This record gives sequence, C-alpha cells and structure tokens, in this order.
Amino acid sequence: MIDAFCQWLYDTPWADAIRANELLFPWFESVHVLAITLVLGSIAVVDLRLLGLASRNRPVTRLIREVLPVTWSAFAVAVLTGGTLFASNAVNYAHNGPFQMKMLLMLLAGLNMLVFHFVTYRSVAEWDEAPRTPFAARFAGGFSITIWLAIVAFGRWIGFTIGF
Amino acid sequence: MLATLHAFAEWLAGTALSNTIQNVSWIIPTVQTIHIVCVAIVISAVFLVDMRILGVFAPTQPLASLSERFLTWIWWSILVLLVTGTLLIIGEPTRSVTNPAFAAKMLMLLIVAGLTRVIQRPLATDAGFWDATSGRRAALKGIAVASLILWSCIVFAGRWIAYVASY
Repeated sequence: MIDAFCQWLYDTPWADAIRANELLFPWFESVHVLAITLVLGSIAVVDLRLLGLASRNRPVTRLIREVLPVTWSAFAVAVLTGGTLFASNAVNYAHNGPFQMKMLLMLLAGLNMLVFHFVTYRSVAEWDEAPRTPFAARFAGGFSITIWLAIVAFGRWIGFTIGF
Repeated sequence: MLATLHAFAEWLAGTALSNTIQNVSWIIPTVQTIHIVCVAIVISAVFLVDMRILGVFAPTQPLASLSERFLTWIWWSILVLLVTGTLLIIGEPTRSVTNPAFAAKMLMLLIVAGLTRVIQRPLATDAGFWDATSGRRAALKGIAVASLILWSCIVFAGRWIAYVASY
C-alpha cells in the first residue's frame, strides 16, 4: 500500500516537473538544507538551556516562547521541500535504509517533544528560572539533541545510498 | 591561474591523505555531517541576531546580551568548518578547487564574516552603540539584511558545488 502511494506520488505532474528540470532538485535541496540548519540550531538553543549548558539565566518559558516560532516556521519549510524531493523519487526513498531511519527518528523526536510538553513542562513554574532543570527536563533536552544530530547524519547518508 | 589551480588539484588528489579519504567510504559523509551541524550553529546564531535587529525575534531582549549569547558560538564553529571543509577539498580536490560555486562561497564568507564582526565588536564594550544615533540604527538594519542574504547564499553555493561543473 505504501508502495502504491509512493508510485502515485511519483506519477504526479509536480514530481514529474522536478525530474524533468535538472535545476529544480538542487534548488529545493538548498532550501531544505537552509531550513534544516534553522530547525537544528533553534532546537539546540532550547535543548542546551534544558541541559543547563547555555542561556542559564534566561527563564525557560520565555526562551521557548521566543524560539519555537522560528523552529516551527523552518520545520514547515523543511517538510514542504523535503516532501517535494521525496516525491521526485518516492519509491526508492521509501526503500532506502537511512531514509527510513530518519523518519523513525523524527517520530521519536516528536514523541519526546509531546512527553516533555504534556508531562514535564506542566511543572515549569517551579524551575522556570533555575539554571539547573529537573532530571526529566534534562533528559528531554539531551535525548532531543542526540536524535536531531542523528537525523542530520542519516539525512546526509541518503544522498550516498539512494538508487535511481 | 587556472592552470596552476588545476595542477594543484591534481597534485592534491595524488597525496596519501586524499587517497585515504577517497577510499574509506564513511569518511566523506561523516565529515559532511559534522560540517552541516556547524553550518546549523552558525546560521541559527546569525539569523537569530539578525532577526532580533529587524524586530522579528525577541524584540524585548537587549542586542548586546543576544550577541554575547549567540555570536560567540560562531567563531569556533567557523574554525571547525574550515577544518572539515579542508578535509572535503583534500578528498575531492578536482570537484571544488576550480568550482565557481566554491569560489563564490569563499568570497561571500569573507565579506559576511567581516560584517558579523562589525555588528559584534562594538557591542562588547558599548551595549548601546548601535542604538546611539538614527544613522547607526539604519546602518545596523542594512547590515542585518545583507547578512541574512549572504549567509543564505553561502548555504546555497555550498550545496551547488555538487551540481556546478568545475572549470
């Protein structure tokens, strides 16, 4: 079923246009890379604060409120450009090991974020201004930064392993 | 000039280090990954400061404290970028040494690194420097816009090295 969906995606005029024009792929790829750098960097700002390694005297709530719009805007651009790149060669990407790992890790990063937001963050008032956050928050930050670094690594590996 | 660069690239490609980088399959993707992570640090730090200058990020925070928190990260990252970038060139010299996208990237990097220093340096001793006159405020906004454009173009040029033909 996934293959059928990928094949349908591959056959859309949009995906066809990417394959037909050899300059479109690198353009989308460049925007994708730029968006990813902002996703990774802005997430790292929050993670390093949770870990107590940077911005230690900034209240956690303010930092998150300031940085998150940047993260989500960049993430939206990364998903749109990434989806377009995926469509141009959908079946092969879906069967590519590093691509599958990247998607799995993004799912894990999402789950980590949900647990942090709906469980750990509920008590933020108690540690908002503390340079050292509780263990659950430090764990969320450390786990997040590790996963996102791995996502970049697997993303880069796709380019070396993808078949056409 | 071009002939010299070609000869240099050929020589580099024949060195033992270059052969190792070419033949061990995990080296280039690993070095590229470290390179991209450092690009992420530089781009995010610079973009957040530029966006603060333009009033779209954390407008209530003093620019000097933001500059101290974020811009201090970029110089170490640029050092790692120079090392990893050099390794990538040694591994594939004919791909980059005479590549126009690479030349454009280095030129833009020199300019924008200078612009970043121009923003950062006075703030270290005088937190209100860029707010002192309306001329300075306008100049700062201009530099921030130029910085956003140039850094974006550097990322683009970096990716395009893989697609643009070398001379």
